Amino acid sequence: MIEIESARVSFSLGAGEEHVVLKNLSLSVKEGQTVSIIGSNGAGKSTLLNAIAGTVPLRAGIICIDGVDCTRQAEWERARYVGRVRQNPLAGTAGAMTILDNLALASRKGPRRLKIATPPVIARRMAEEVAQLGMGLESRLHENVSRLSGGQRQALTLLMAVISKPAVLLLDEHTAALDPANAEKVSALTKRFIQEFGLTALIVTHDMSRALSEADRIVMMHDGEIIADLSGEEKTSMTVAGLVDLFRKARGRDYAEDRDLLR
Amino acid sequence: MIEGILVEGLIYGILALGVFISFRILDFPDLTVEGSFPAGAAGGAMTALVLGPKFGTGGSPLLVACILCAGLIAGGLAGFATAEIYHRLKVHPLLAGIITMTGFYSINLRILGGKPNLPLIAGNPLLDTVRSLLNGMLSPEFSLLAASMLAVLVLFGILDFFFHTEVGIAMGALGDNENSVIQAGINPVRLRTLGIILANALAGLAGAIAASYQGFADVNFGQGVVASGLATVMLGELVIRSQYIGVQLARVFIGSILFKALMYAARSWGYLAGITPNDLRLITALLIIGSIALSKVGRKSS
Repeated sequence: MIEIESARVSFSLGAGEEHVVLKNLSLSVKEGQTVSIIGSNGAGKSTLLNAIAGTVPLRAGIICIDGVDCTRQAEWERARYVGRVRQNPLAGTAGAMTILDNLALASRKGPRRLKIATPPVIARRMAEEVAQLGMGLESRLHENVSRLSGGQRQALTLLMAVISKPAVLLLDEHTAALDPANAEKVSALTKRFIQEFGLTALIVTHDMSRALSEADRIVMMHDGEIIADLSGEEKTSMTVAGLVDLFRKARGRDYAEDRDLLR
Repeated sequence: MIEGILVEGLIYGILALGVFISFRILDFPDLTVEGSFPAGAAGGAMTALVLGPKFGTGGSPLLVACILCAGLIAGGLAGFATAEIYHRLKVHPLLAGIITMTGFYSINLRILGGKPNLPLIAGNPLLDTVRSLLNGMLSPEFSLLAASMLAVLVLFGILDFFFHTEVGIAMGALGDNENSVIQAGINPVRLRTLGIILANALAGLAGAIAASYQGFADVNFGQGVVASGLATVMLGELVIRSQYIGVQLARVFIGSILFKALMYAARSWGYLAGITPNDLRLITALLIIGSIALSKVGRKSS
């Protein structure tokens, strides 16, 4: 469960001027809900995820996760209950370390102990976990992650993000850098993990049809604000063309290239 | 001669381990060792001077432990200073190291009682202890070699274990991709601080042992140790390639022995090519350049 109340994020431009990226944004996401966040570039989608993860600080407002106010917590503290996958497949894993070491690192959140990290018991468990990806990685546990393909590496990153069953899963265009076949695979895995673990998920995407098919709810952003919030019947009856129309209406202006803006 | 090279190689290999941990594992270009190595030397020598009379002559394992601890602590403190400067002031690692190294020059002079040099004339507890323990079994030179091999083996065992623990794995990941550590819910600042302390504590330990081996501590002990440490690490990497941490730790010592052998050769027979001891630093620099260039060529061809 996530509750965001009047969140404001801005960057100082000097001379007292500031660039506001999130304008008093409020959003409440129920437990187990999957929310797609769409909008044009610069709408503040990634900033919203950054604010939830603690990568950027709030100038004002409150963020609660599972009823705990985490507004002042550092990114690493929130990571104990927030899982995250970024667009860049290199971002979430340590390339010069083995698949097993990476999984062992992610499978426990919080302080480390002076105990051997990957005894046979853990190695067997991790082999089972990684077998779920269906990529044959279970036989390559002792290979360095840098030798994996982009799709394999992103699938591993996804597994590392969900392996501890976080309260919130944040996905920031996590299939955008992959080729279509791999994007399809990682999307399917994402869907499966979210259902299996009953995760609460926020997915930033530019893929309208995927946003419609995979989420329970669609949030449209523009200029740091939520301009549309569709769920239930409203969402079920929505089409890609309808989303573009909605975007145009909500802005009250005529964008010639709306489709491109949303893409 | 050969045992001298081996002993020196092993002792300075401990220093190079510190350089390896900061430069390679933490990806933190740390110049602090130029301050932490002499700090360990000064701390160890001063401990020997002050506590020596209480233990009497002939050495004592307990006194040796005190000397080694003094080296570890003095070096670790220098590392802690660098980590704090880096994290709190958010400056470049090189600058943080330079600041600590500069400050520790004066601190080391203070430890040495205001003098730039402290000879261990009254007694050299570390060497005395080693000799008395192995007396009759081995000649003095070889007892030193046996002791340093044993010390390095113990140290290797501890570090190899450490880098297989949860903390050690996280430390490796930190230098590789800080984000992966943050995502695991670990405080990266605390982890990096721990790593920098560890690296410099090892440099301090090497300093304490080196001072005993040379028979004196000098405030200028640290000059050039970053470069020689780096050359050592790179030589090792050139000779043995491996992704396994155990091999990576062991090859630091192989690199160190090679480096000492090369330096010995340059000192002994360099005159044939017109090389004087004044040229050793230049040779070190060229060695680093050569190692980097060779490793680049090797990577392209593989």
